[in-house]
Amino acid sequence: MKVKKKSWYLTIGGILTACMLAFTALGLFWTPFDPSAMSAADRNAPPSPAHPFGCDQMGRDVFSRTLEGAGSTLTIALAVLAVGAVCGLVIGALCGYYGGPADALIMRLCDAVAAFPSVLLALVVLAVTGPGKYNVIGALGVLFIPSFARLVRGEFLKYRERDFVKSARLMGVHDLRVIFVHILPNLWPTLLSGLTIGFNNAVLAEASMSYLGIGVRPTEPSLGYMLKDAQGSLFTLPWCTAFPAAAVILLILGVGLVGEGVRERMGVAS
Amino acid sequence: MGQALLKRVGLLLGTLLLVSALAFVAFSVIPGDPTGAVLGVEATDEQIATFRAQHGLDLPVWQRYWNWLSAFAAGDFGRSYKYDMTVAQLIAPKVGVTLTLAALAFALILLISLPLGLIAARRPGGIVDRAVTVLTQVAMSVPNFIMGIGLMYLFALVLKWFRPEYVPLRDEAGSHLAAHLGFMVYPALAIALPKSAMTVKLLRGSILGELGQDYIRTAYSKGNTRGSALRRHVLRNAMIPVVTFLAMAIGDIMAGSIVVEQVFGVPGLGRILISSINNRDYPAVQAIVVLLAAVVVGCNFLADLLYRVMDPRIERT
Repeated sequence: MKVKKKSWYLTIGGILTACMLAFTALGLFWTPFDPSAMSAADRNAPPSPAHPFGCDQMGRDVFSRTLEGAGSTLTIALAVLAVGAVCGLVIGALCGYYGGPADALIMRLCDAVAAFPSVLLALVVLAVTGPGKYNVIGALGVLFIPSFARLVRGEFLKYRERDFVKSARLMGVHDLRVIFVHILPNLWPTLLSGLTIGFNNAVLAEASMSYLGIGVRPTEPSLGYMLKDAQGSLFTLPWCTAFPAAAVILLILGVGLVGEGVRERMGVAS
Repeated sequence: MGQALLKRVGLLLGTLLLVSALAFVAFSVIPGDPTGAVLGVEATDEQIATFRAQHGLDLPVWQRYWNWLSAFAAGDFGRSYKYDMTVAQLIAPKVGVTLTLAALAFALILLISLPLGLIAARRPGGIVDRAVTVLTQVAMSVPNFIMGIGLMYLFALVLKWFRPEYVPLRDEAGSHLAAHLGFMVYPALAIALPKSAMTVKLLRGSILGELGQDYIRTAYSKGNTRGSALRRHVLRNAMIPVVTFLAMAIGDIMAGSIVVEQVFGVPGLGRILISSINNRDYPAVQAIVVLLAAVVVGCNFLADLLYRVMDPRIERT
């Protein structure tokens, strides 16, 4: 009953992700207009050759704003991943390799945090720290640690008892070398798949929080904040909503497909 | 089962304690207490002193936590800083709204994903399966609040099926059950669609996995058709991971309703949570967070129980 499927996931996902990355990378360096420059003449302007995504109520170019917002969303998501994945990797590797009561305690703590939706916890943290890009990165980054730690720990438990690890240890290889040089490279399909899921969760969380007005500051560019701003004029200026929304969806879709493709090719359980 | 159960109960209580402590301590360590935010800069020293005494802000943190926790357990959630009422009075009318939304969303997920998953698994690789696969992959990528905005645009503006204005269940004019549910279906759908997509995917994969097992070959050899093998043998086993997933999804549904309530202007827990955060009304924030945590953790606990009941093999491992 095995289904033979041509793997189009990686191809389509790769192309989509590459396009979105190029788009957002562009936004970090260049936008056709100043994203926050208002122009009375262009107020509520529908999409046109000069303003391909139209203009908002204040006459700001939606294309430039989407570019800038996507760049900001992307950097936040990558920073969250960097914090969550690196800390999670180290904690998970040490816990999985050594085990013991510290492992049990840390994993209980991880279970407790992971049982709770990260957006909600992040909102509480932001309620205390106040809004801002770095606060979002810090809050989400810390909250993403448990899921990575659990993922990595599970893999280490599997490899700990394997012969190649035992023989390396017999030969007197230092523990840290066993962990990072002998075991870690085996994890990369699992990690890659976990990173794509984490990336999408980070984009989703940042966009949701900014949409709620408890993410980045109103002055900082963000797709979520654009969507919040545009909602009052959803029926009259739909382009103000459509383009940033499409940017979020395509970003998540592309990376999601890549993750799907990785799991399929490398035989990683999802 | 007894010992495993006891362990889970311990974990449940531990998680709740942890979340409550986090929620409490987080708001106690911030520089500058809420007096400034609530009373404004022009408050006299006397007003500030009264406010601090009234809300017990002069006690040490651990003592305040203990007082708060014991009162919380007894159903007293404290007084709101912002409004002249208890937190319980503030929250009570919103709880039902959010629970209705979450329950509707959950029902919709079942209604959408079970038939779709079954249809997709019937002929893997067929045209229906491929259409469902593409649809789920796309639907999974749409954040629920964007789905909400899209639904609002499509159904309120283009099709004019509903007015984008919240209809309360009850007001002076009487009860509007049908109109209330008719409105709430849209925010519920916004939460349900992305989650359904994941459920369809999981169910399809789970069914196909079971179909390859030996016991299904036996069922065929005993004269079962594909349909009857599916119904009688596969579904029971294939549902195990799906049920766990669905119970775990309740946390995401609650979190989703917090966000989606903003899209549709539904006056539920999410709206009061956001406005409390903006108003620095910490007693309200603490109470809502701990209540949500209780729901989420409770559902995860139920999921675990259900898993054990549905799959007796768990005991042996």
